[in-house]
Amino acid sequence: MEFTFDPELSLYIHLADLAFLGFAFLALAGGLVAVGSRTLIRAVLGLATSLVGVAGLYVYLGTHFIAAMQVLIYVGAVCISITFAVMLARPPSEAARDPGFTAGKIAAGLGVGVFAALLLGGAVLRTAWEAKPVEVEGTLLQVGEGLLTRYAFVFELISLVLLVAIVGSVVVARRGRRPDGGR
Amino acid sequence: MQPAIFGHLEAYLIVALGLFALGLYGLVSRPGFISMLISVELILNAAGLNFVAFNTFLAPDKTVGQTFTLFIMGLAAAEAAICLSIAVAVYRRFRSILADEISELKH
Repeated sequence: MEFTFDPELSLYIHLADLAFLGFAFLALAGGLVAVGSRTLIRAVLGLATSLVGVAGLYVYLGTHFIAAMQVLIYVGAVCISITFAVMLARPPSEAARDPGFTAGKIAAGLGVGVFAALLLGGAVLRTAWEAKPVEVEGTLLQVGEGLLTRYAFVFELISLVLLVAIVGSVVVARRGRRPDGGR
Repeated sequence: MQPAIFGHLEAYLIVALGLFALGLYGLVSRPGFISMLISVELILNAAGLNFVAFNTFLAPDKTVGQTFTLFIMGLAAAEAAICLSIAVAVYRRFRSILADEISELKH
């Protein structure tokens, strides 16, 4: 995709760049809070922030529908359900801390993370990306048509997976509610 | 005139790379089930961002990446629901959701 601009629009481009950097910062800083915070609720808030940042990047990529779905599904549903699980799975006194932080684990995590970042970063910066000529424009209408024709089977399969996940999570979470462990 | 930052594929890829590396770090270093789930969500998001970025800049058929990102979101939601219900069930039985402490298959 080629971006060429009227020089008179330069100010707006710089403003748009600034907003882009803001969303990228939101995504990365939120991610940092999500993995670095010892308080689980804070980690969930960091995750939500990061997801909103990624939604902003989806808008920049011209996929507004994906951005809306990102906010609805991830921020609206996944983060809320994680919050519920945090409240259900821990008594308030224990919720403040995630005690298992050890230096060895942090070192191992840093090692793996930095290794992956260097490896993939090198690949990203050294590859000469080559765009193919556009055949399908990718409007929302075409995405919807694809979902009901070419990807109809996958679409139905996802529906089935979601149904099984809902029923399965209810069944799993119900067990153990009674004193005898639900058996 | 210099193209804008948001007109470069690499900008999006680097943000996704940062999210992926953070998720990987969290997955290895965090001990709790829910913290690990949060890290997995970050990794899945990085994957989704990559799909849409490649889709917008390079792919000839610009519906493919969007469709697959939607599928990733659906799967992530299902995965989160199952993961959280398992965390709740495990907590009820073991009184802990730290992966290291739950090492017995039978309780």
